[in-house]
Amino acid sequence: MKKKIIYSLGLLLSIFLFTSNQPIASGYGIGDIATDFSLKNTDGKMVSLKDYKDAKGFIVIFTCNHCPYAVAYEDRIIALDKKYKSKGYPVIAINPNNPEKQPKDSYDLMQVRSKEKGFTFPYLLDEGQKIYPQYGATKTPHVFILEKTSKGNVVQYIGAIDDNHEEPKNVKVKYVEDAVDALLNKKEVVVKTTKAIGCSIKV
Amino acid sequence: MKSFLFIIVLTSFIGCNSKNQKVREELLTKVEISSYTFEEFAPMLQTNSDTLYVVNFWATWCEPCIEELPAFEAINEKYKNQKFKMLLVSLDFSKQKEKKLTPFVTKNQLKAQVIHLNDPDANAWIEKVDANWSGSIPATLVFTKDKRVFFEQSFTKEQLQNTIDNF
Repeated sequence: MKKKIIYSLGLLLSIFLFTSNQPIASGYGIGDIATDFSLKNTDGKMVSLKDYKDAKGFIVIFTCNHCPYAVAYEDRIIALDKKYKSKGYPVIAINPNNPEKQPKDSYDLMQVRSKEKGFTFPYLLDEGQKIYPQYGATKTPHVFILEKTSKGNVVQYIGAIDDNHEEPKNVKVKYVEDAVDALLNKKEVVVKTTKAIGCSIKV
Repeated sequence: MKSFLFIIVLTSFIGCNSKNQKVREELLTKVEISSYTFEEFAPMLQTNSDTLYVVNFWATWCEPCIEELPAFEAINEKYKNQKFKMLLVSLDFSKQKEKKLTPFVTKNQLKAQVIHLNDPDANAWIEKVDANWSGSIPATLVFTKDKRVFFEQSFTKEQLQNTIDNF
């Protein structure tokens, strides 16, 4: 009996621990209005979505320095920004990690990485980690495509950039490009959510 | 003079012998890790037997994964002679398999079975592991023929022990 109680307590404790480890059960679904933010860019300036008066929407990518998946996608993220910024869908990159837990994702090293790679887009630090849980980002890289409407920035796609993180030349489906192209053509996004592999966000 | 020659012969023999032994040790401890596509790997996530399976998804570059490995190794050591099977499924990039994964497993003498999942179309298979998996690692699937529970989180040894005890 005693053993049973201990086990049940253990189970309760583990349920508590497991759930408290995952504050991201919610987050946005397709059609939700995404929150704006004011986060510091690597150039020291604060960036908000509302600053982009002419944008039709945004490719918001939670990414970081240290994660090999994020690194594997850096060049493709730059290419996305180059292709779609002029069409009204700029990339906004946000590092959601706590630099105290992952020193490679510190603000200083974000500045270094942004310069090294020649990022053409803002690379923002989610200081205090207030924004990524609202979006429901669970890993890096994790993409949220937003369409600017009169109601606000509507989430139109959540997931991976494409279907091959390892070899860009073997990519068959470009999920983000397909989604943005659909939005630019005033069509419905066909594949609205995908599952991306990635590094857990360091809390 | 005779004894001097003898010593030379003896030392060269010993030298030669220890060299052979070293080569042999390297051969013995050189870990072979098999790579699978998801299709090949998928049957390992099913069972009809009474065995309890613990399948952990990890990678050498994933720090929280490396931190929890000793807990998994300890639990594997404890249950290895029972109806228990642990699989450590590495998601290391295929380019890194020989450079990072094999040396890591060799150096750390991992006892639990390590396999390499080489399937970059993650969106196609993440949901097949578990519908609730968002795609981050570490992640662990515990299952028997009757029950499956998926955890997208890190484990301490106590948490893993509790999970097994309550299964």
